[in-house]
This record gives sequence, structure tokens and C-alpha cells, in this order.
Amino acid sequence: MNIPVLTPTRRRPLTHKIVTLAHGGGGSAMRDLIDDVFLAAFSGDGRAAPEDQARFDLAALMAHGDRLAFTTDGFVVDPLFFPGGDIGKLAVCGTVNDLAVGGATPVALSCAVIIEEGLPVETLRQVAASMAQTARAAGVAIATGDTKVVARGACDKLFITTTGIGVVRRGLDVGIDRARPGDVLLVNGLLGDHGAAILNARGDLALETAIESDCAPLNGLIDTLIKAAPGIRMMRDATRGGVAAVVNELAEASAVGVRLRELSLPMRAEVMGFCEILGLDPLYLANEGKILAVVPPEEADAALAALRAHPLGREAAIIGAVTAQRPGRVVMQTRFGGERIVDMLVGDQLPRIC
Amino acid sequence: MRYVDEFRDPALASALVKEIGAISARLERGRDRPFAIMEVCGGHTHAIFRYGLEGLLPDLVEFVHGPGCPVCVLPMGRVDDCVAIAEREEVIFATFGDAMRVPGSKKSLLQAKADGADVRMVYSPLDALALAKRNPGRQVVFFGLGFETTMPSTALTVLRAAREGVENFSLFCNHITIIPTLRALLEQPDLGIDGFIGPGHVSMVIGTAPYRFIAEEFHKPLVVAGFEPIDLLQSLLMVLRQIEAGTAAIENQYARVVPEHGNPQALKAVEDVYEPRETFEWRGLGSIAGSGVRLRAPYAAFDAEKRFSVPDVKVADPSSCRCGEVLTGAVKPWACPEFGTGCTPETPLGALMVSSEGSCAAYYQYGGVRGEAA
Repeated sequence: MNIPVLTPTRRRPLTHKIVTLAHGGGGSAMRDLIDDVFLAAFSGDGRAAPEDQARFDLAALMAHGDRLAFTTDGFVVDPLFFPGGDIGKLAVCGTVNDLAVGGATPVALSCAVIIEEGLPVETLRQVAASMAQTARAAGVAIATGDTKVVARGACDKLFITTTGIGVVRRGLDVGIDRARPGDVLLVNGLLGDHGAAILNARGDLALETAIESDCAPLNGLIDTLIKAAPGIRMMRDATRGGVAAVVNELAEASAVGVRLRELSLPMRAEVMGFCEILGLDPLYLANEGKILAVVPPEEADAALAALRAHPLGREAAIIGAVTAQRPGRVVMQTRFGGERIVDMLVGDQLPRIC
Repeated sequence: MRYVDEFRDPALASALVKEIGAISARLERGRDRPFAIMEVCGGHTHAIFRYGLEGLLPDLVEFVHGPGCPVCVLPMGRVDDCVAIAEREEVIFATFGDAMRVPGSKKSLLQAKADGADVRMVYSPLDALALAKRNPGRQVVFFGLGFETTMPSTALTVLRAAREGVENFSLFCNHITIIPTLRALLEQPDLGIDGFIGPGHVSMVIGTAPYRFIAEEFHKPLVVAGFEPIDLLQSLLMVLRQIEAGTAAIENQYARVVPEHGNPQALKAVEDVYEPRETFEWRGLGSIAGSGVRLRAPYAAFDAEKRFSVPDVKVADPSSCRCGEVLTGAVKPWACPEFGTGCTPETPLGALMVSSEGSCAAYYQYGGVRGEAA
């Protein structure tokens, strides 16, 4: 596909060590920042004039499918760097995954950054390099962007918004409202790593663990899954609100019951221990490299095998089933055979005091 | 997880459930209502719902969820006091996370934070002390909350603040004690509780001896329990065995953590720093004599109530709420007219709907709404 790529014009290297309001002023300082930090990182093989918009050849896009997918996501994670990733990697993965779970092949992203004055230029370089590396791994281009600098306190260090377009495969129709009783629920691996890694990286817990974020682009994995289970009903990435939020949305939108099995939920012992200490429920922890998929029963084995054969799905598991009982409700069978309702979270999970 | 999985073993659980069923069958004759066993501690309530234990019990045995969640028994007026302190220009107000959403008469601490108050969530009172050292130009107030479980750590923090001369740190002391509360509960004339599951973490500090009056004066069995599902089932079985044998004794199922005479260092810190208040107001239960503590005179400099003019607001609970009856086990949450309609986790009227240890939130979240309850 012929995708236009931003190309550096290399005026002059940036000599400043920190970003100032001048870098957002629209003058040569801004131009230098964009050229030396972003364009240097994002440049590819293609050639394109520095226009205000990226342009796409429709015929080339239509070779991939028959519908356009379009999504956007803002990233404000604190800290900017955490074990297993950083805000840049997250910003690319998040939007790539939002396209991919709709059955789309991700094509290109835009990247808008809002920088708080005083941010070290080196930090920005690291983030841009990470975005570029992740975009390459996911096979998407970062095709257009925007830079703003705001006064100290008007934002927290660095906010990134990515918007993405992709092309939905012909004949594939996945949706949150398409689950039917009898369908099977799968996840592609260990739950809760990202949420635990971020909470831990904030440093106010003083816990020593080696939990890393699972942040990863999932379009490759999803490609394999769709080939193995062409009748797939739904995919969602279980980000904020965790698995609990996705299954509740599914139960409501499809007017079905969902039954989870606690013993089948794949989870790292470190994450379980982390949740034990803080009184958190891992079902509500965010993931950045996990999808929940619903497939018809006859495709469940093939789907599981395909996920497990992929490097990002080795710990994949069947975690539950769609039922006709209690439409709109998610029930979890606890390890004793007891039952409990898994509801949406109201706000953030707040640690219990004792 | 080692030392955790053993206490969640399904095979062991099913053996215990079977024994509980057998006792219940033997006790059934001539019994017109279920045996009501109150777990006093909110941590137990949380575990019962999280593991779906109620669904495993025979009809003749039920858990009654007692007043042991410190967030749940916090009266609205105290939250208003917190907000008043937090909204002072010079104050950084530090609190445990689950107190953030408890409704005051006008707003919660979370809403006060959104309105501009500097409210910080901390995981330990020592974090609040560290905040004070990092912000010498500000007044850092720690919201001390909880039973004997959290009391020693707050006491040690005050002692350290005194030793290190951290003058911009103070404590808004809302600590409460379990024994006067249990006595007040037991003195209610129509109390239909047949036995108690005693709080594990509180007992780790105070030991098991202070509960003796429950057996001696009120002839009810109490078993101090751990927080894992096997702990709870085993403790319930121990209570039922006492009921069957017609005995009333204080037993300790949680001996791996709870010594008979508690933790002497913790008790000494508590004794050094706090003195009982004449009375303390509880949400839904009214005032209970001797159930709260405040800082002793030598530590008055660290007392937020003395440092700031705390309005000491008294707010009546909403009249339609039945929080008090739910707290004493007189009614189940779904018997309250507000449950699941006027009062939900998103728009809580009472604190029982806020904390994950509150029985209303637990029933709502894990048990389902009225008519669907376990």
C-alpha cells in the first residue's frame, strides 16, 4: 500500500535541552522541534511534501476490505515511562488495537502531542522513538501530527492523542451485540499486568515486584484469530475497567448472560499477590495487550489453538461462556462452586484500609 | 500463591460445608428461624461475598453482616468536618482511599478535591508524615480512621512526628474501638444473633481476652477468624459446634496470627497516645459511650481538632435510610426502601453502599439487587 509518510527536511538540529513555550509558537523553534524530534523518528521510505494533511489512495485501501474504520484515543498515563512500556508505545498500541478489534487492518495514525513547558527534549525523543518503533512493529505509518506547548501546570508533562484509520475485512462483521447463548469467551493471556505495573510504577506503594505492562500491538494476533475462527462474533481490548467492564457491556448489548469461571482466569502469581495486598480485584485491572473474544462453540478449539500459537497468546484460555440465563448479568463461578455477580466498577478501585 | 492457596482449597471447603450441613440437619428440629451468625469485621463481609460463601450454606445458617467496617459507620457530620478542614487554603488532607467517596451532607472528599481542595490518597499514615516533611509551608492533616487494626500505625506516626518535631503534621482522630461497640450491640433487647465470628486483624492487636464478657455475660460463642474462605467456613463450623453443645466460649481459629494477649508494642503505643472519648457518634447506631478515642494531652499539639476550628457538624441520617438496622443485622439490605433505587454505589445515601466492605455494596455488587439476592 502506498502510504504517505512524513519526511524530515532537516533544517537544523535542536540545541535546547528543555521544551519552552517558544517551541509551540508556530515559528522556527517549533519547526525545529517537529523536524528534529518527531519527523526524525517517524520518517519512513516514502516521500511526501510537508502538507497539513496525509493523503491516501482509495483504490489501494480498498484492496484490504470494503469499510473504513476510524478511531481516536487520548493518553495521559503517569508515569510516562513504566516497566514494559511508555506513553508513546501505549499511544500507538491503544489505537492500533482499537482498530484491530473491529476486524480492521490498521493503516495509519495521526499523533497530536500536548507538551508542558519544561519537559526535557530528551524525554520527548525517547517517546517519539518508542512510537516509531511500535508503529513499525505494528506495520502502520504515523502519517500526520500536531504539536502544542502549554504553560507549566496546564497539563501534566506530556499528553498524546492518536487517531487511526484502518480497513475492515470484507465479509467480517464483529460487534458487542452479536453474542449468542452457547458462544465461548476467550482471552489471549495473563490478566491485570498493565494495571498492576502502572500502580506500582507510581512508587507510592513501595512494593518490590517485577510486573511489566503487557502493552503490545495486537493486530497480528487478531489476524491469526480471525483466520482460525471466521465466525467470530466480537473482540474487545480489555483496557480501562478490565475484563469486568467488557463482559458487562457484552451482556447488556447482546442481552445475554455471561458466566465466568474464576479458576480459568489466567493470572500471574505476582499480580494476584499485588491485588491481595492492596485489596484490588484483578478483574477490574487494566490491560493493554489483551483481547476478549467471543466465538461460536464449534470454532472455540481452533480459536484457542490459533491464539496459543502466537507469541502474544501463549497463555490464552477459555474463561467462560455466553448463556441465556439472567440477560445483562455477569456471574462468576468462584473456585468453590459458589457464585457472585461481577458488576461494572463505579469509579476507580479504591484500596481498602484494613 | 503459597500460604494463600492452601486456605482456598475447594476440596477442604467442600468437606467443611458438608460438616456444616450435617450439624444444621441435627439442629433443625424445633427451630423456627435460621441460626444468625454475625461476622463483625468488614473484611470478613468482603470475603464472604467475594467467594460466594453464602450460597454454600444450608438454609438454617446465615451470616449477619455487622458494624465492623469503619468507613460504613462514619457519620455524615464527620465527613462534613473533614471537608471543612480539607478546604482550608493551607491544608493538605491525607486519607485512606476508601474514605474518599463517603457522602457528607453536601459533598464527599472526592467532590471536595474536584472543587479544589488538596486531598491526597495515602496508603499509610507514615506517607502523610512524609508529605508534611516535603511541604513545610503547608499543614498536613491525616484522617485517622478505623478500629484497633489501624490505631497503632497512627499512634506510631504521632509518636514519630513528636520525636522528629514535625510541627505541620496533625491527626484528625476518628478511631473507634470494638469492645464498647460489641457491648452496645449485645445490650439491645431484641438482638437475634446466635454467635459471632470475631475480627481477625483487630484481635491481632488486642488479643482474644477482651471478648470474654461475650461468653460470660451474654452466653454467646465467638470464634476469632482469619480472612480466607477456609478460615471463615472453619470458624462458622466452630461456632455451630458450640451451639450444638450448648456452650459459649471464646475460641481462636486465627492462631497463626492472633496471640491471646495481642501485640504488646502496639497496645503500648495505643495506650500512650490515645484516651477514650466520653462518647462517639456512629452512623446508624447513634452515640456509643467510650467507643471513640482522642489524642492525650501531651500530644494535643498534633490534634487537628485543636489546631483548626472543626465545626463538629451533627447531621441526622436520611429518614428513609435503614442503615442502623442493617448494621445490627435486624434487616437485610434489600428490606431498605432505598436499596438499589435511591441508594446505589453510584449515588450512595449511606456509607454501607460505598465501601466494598459495606454489606449494602456487597449485596448490590455480588449478590444482585432485590429479588435476585442470594
